[in-house]
Amino acid sequence: MRNRAASTYIVLRKEDKCTKCRACVEQCTYGVHSYNPAKNVIESKSWLCSNCLRCVEFCPTGALTITRNPNSYRMGHHWNHEAIMDVKRQAETGSALLEGMGCDGPNLTYWDRLLLNACQVTNPPIDPIREPIETRVILGRRPPRVELKPENRRLMLKNELAPYICAETPILLAAMSYGAVNLRVQEAMARAAIECGTYFNCGEGGLHPELRRYGSHIIVQVASGRFGVDIEYLNSGVAVEIKIGQGAKPGIGGHLPGEKVTEDIAMVRMIPKGTDALSPAPHHDVYSIEDLRQLIYALKEATEYKKPVAVKIAAVHNAAAIASGIARAGADIIVLDGVRGSTGAAPKAIRDNMGIPIELALAAVDRRLREEGIRSEVSIIASGGIRSGADVVKAIALGADAVYIGTAALIALGCTLCKMCYTGRCAWGIATTDAELSKRLNLEEGCRRVANLIKAWTMEIKEMMGAMGIDTIEALRGNRELLRGVGLTEGELRVLGIKVAGE
Amino acid sequence: MDWASRKNKFSSSNTLARQPANPQKIGTQCRGHHRRTRRSPDEITMFQHKDQRTASRICEKSISSCALFGLINLERRRVTCNEALRAISCMSERGNGLGAGFAGYGIYPHFTDAYALHVMYLDDKAKRKVEKVLMRDFQVLLGEEIPTRRARSTLHAPAFWRYFLEPARSKLQEEEASPDEYVVSRVMKINGEVEGAYILSSGKDVGVFKGVGFPRDLAEFFRLEEYRGYMWICHARFPTNTVGWWGGAHPFNLLDLSVAHNGELSSYDVNRRYLEMWGYKCVMHTDSEVISYALDLLLRRHAIPMDLALAVLAPPYWDEIDSMKCEDRDLLTALRRVYGELAMIGPFSIIAARHGEMIGFVDRKKLRPLVGGVRGEFFYLSSEESAIRLISPTLDNVVRPRAGEAVIARCEAPRAVAMLSTLNQKEV
Repeated sequence: MRNRAASTYIVLRKEDKCTKCRACVEQCTYGVHSYNPAKNVIESKSWLCSNCLRCVEFCPTGALTITRNPNSYRMGHHWNHEAIMDVKRQAETGSALLEGMGCDGPNLTYWDRLLLNACQVTNPPIDPIREPIETRVILGRRPPRVELKPENRRLMLKNELAPYICAETPILLAAMSYGAVNLRVQEAMARAAIECGTYFNCGEGGLHPELRRYGSHIIVQVASGRFGVDIEYLNSGVAVEIKIGQGAKPGIGGHLPGEKVTEDIAMVRMIPKGTDALSPAPHHDVYSIEDLRQLIYALKEATEYKKPVAVKIAAVHNAAAIASGIARAGADIIVLDGVRGSTGAAPKAIRDNMGIPIELALAAVDRRLREEGIRSEVSIIASGGIRSGADVVKAIALGADAVYIGTAALIALGCTLCKMCYTGRCAWGIATTDAELSKRLNLEEGCRRVANLIKAWTMEIKEMMGAMGIDTIEALRGNRELLRGVGLTEGELRVLGIKVAGE
Repeated sequence: MDWASRKNKFSSSNTLARQPANPQKIGTQCRGHHRRTRRSPDEITMFQHKDQRTASRICEKSISSCALFGLINLERRRVTCNEALRAISCMSERGNGLGAGFAGYGIYPHFTDAYALHVMYLDDKAKRKVEKVLMRDFQVLLGEEIPTRRARSTLHAPAFWRYFLEPARSKLQEEEASPDEYVVSRVMKINGEVEGAYILSSGKDVGVFKGVGFPRDLAEFFRLEEYRGYMWICHARFPTNTVGWWGGAHPFNLLDLSVAHNGELSSYDVNRRYLEMWGYKCVMHTDSEVISYALDLLLRRHAIPMDLALAVLAPPYWDEIDSMKCEDRDLLTALRRVYGELAMIGPFSIIAARHGEMIGFVDRKKLRPLVGGVRGEFFYLSSEESAIRLISPTLDNVVRPRAGEAVIARCEAPRAVAMLSTLNQKEV
């Protein structure tokens, strides 16, 4: 049975403009366009199109348009086009639906329902161009107090403080493993991180020897697959992150199919070439919080207590209690990944239905840690669905120390959110390890664009902080007085810990 | 009539005699209770804001732009607050009659070793509850209504009582707390839990007198001409987003630390949340309250010296820290890292006082004015130089703290007035 009648997109080609140059044929990685020499026409299989717009971008004469297919199944609210298409796809394949990127469900974005305060009269706003506004954040465990001792007629620190990392902006680059993306993407991210004084998380796929020179701005990740983990790896970055879960797919592991495991990836991941790289759902040495404590301290031992250890969890219903346990288990940084967090591949059902929005989880975790009096001892990084400098400011006001951005950084590199990452055939040369496709990404240009994005957001953050009369990021962290809600229920306001606008 | 000559009145019926047998019989009814029947509904909300019904009407933070004045005699010679009152009244443009207050140091020479609790009561019930706690946890040397007289704009004044206390020895031993810690825990408990009762000051030989009105009204109301102190901190208030209320006036006090503040703290919510984790309860609905608690935490509980505590409240920029010598950089980085949430962000000038010490400091962008003047054994701090010149036309020296700087005057040897910037002290 064919499902072509109501394909989501259709390719429109203006035949009078098309010069049959076949650029579209070469650029499309999903096999939409093909040249028919017998008729001297280019034919397009619209049902394969993901609307990545690569062909449109590269068509020299502007002959192509991708549009939503006006042929659609009969419109319903419940049985909408997507639901019907999914059923048909599953009926055909008999398998779970896979998709890339993050959950895009409606009504899950709280950022847009939060508004920020600004100074008027009693408190002068600060112009970030004229006055310093500090966006430096320090991430790591903090002792409850500073203890001093007199030495050589002056005061010195009594105890050395726990290790920390220091970012010049509260924007960090989220974990993207070698395998999910290619080495150029990782290098562009790492170099952008260095340029902006921030950090890039190399993800669970190990760290390529070529990237180790950027180690001063790399956070290394230890996930359930333990790919590429050895003592050298752990010590090659500035911090170690244990990935328990991920917002896009809480509760399940990962699967990099064997055909993607090239020789290079096999070397970095320390697995045989061509074998599936399976990350189990749990860490098989972490079945409980006390096991996690052991893993945290094993990693601290391995890094001689010189590097902070972060623990990343997906934002789930009882994230607050879990975060409290993680803080008490010895983690220096807690990473919360909300339901909109992205991935290279996840079962659609899990991606769209499991976990909670980061805004609510963050507020709940922040409150819980405060109630227990341990909030100031750990740092919190929020991630999952942060789209702008304003989202960053709101996240910090809800209690985050810093944020991770993933999707936004990929968009800066050229990603168009076509959600085909799981195929490994990314037309923009990002979510692919294919040697030829990878070349589509220009390293210099990519690095420049990601760095630009971080700089632009940081400037936006400074502008907003200045307008609120705040010149240090610490005074923004958890400052709920600066937030007001619109269109939120009493319950949502309570969880967020904010007042309704006008109050 | 000064304090000493009033002493023989202690045994009158309006006082709490030494260790009375029945706390229920202490004193007469509260003034606030009598008056309340005559208040309009709007006025009642001003006084009853701990009540759930009206709590939402009052913002958590009241912002203000105000006049500050401080005077210290470095020889600890006690003077009336008359000069300070003239000076603060001279800056009338800076207040609007919705709040003023005074903190006097050395005003209770007969009770120098007892904690003097100034308590504001909105009703009789609150008074009964507080006195029950005081009788249980302290040895009450004296409890009496603070003498007041009727004055302009103080018609709806709540009742003010003062108690001279020593922690009950058995309880103190039981809790293994220092006397200061013991008193602070009771202050926080009463302020946080007893509706309608607010402890305005709790130090030894210190008293805070404050309320709604112009400084002159409050001085008249509290009969301040009867007290002599070696240091006076004064404040006149111009609150801009809530009605002024008696507890929201400055100075704010905890133990012998008093703070008067001109400015607005954008960081208030962050400061408050951090301090609440350390057990402080912010109940005065005024951002300035957190400054006194922050200084108490740093100076008393964490034993951070004054210059470093000020570097927490008005932290040096990271650029400055980065360019410091290695040990200094480590120290300042640690302070900013650990106490980042105590940074007071927003425009401010602050006068803080402890026994024998008066400090003025400004925010790190210097968005509010502060000037100091030395004349002989007197040192003055003021929002405006005109106020100092009014009472002392000639000065030996005038100091103007720059952004993030502090000026400190100490009675104790080495007696000095010094400019204080981070890790750097220069005598003037």
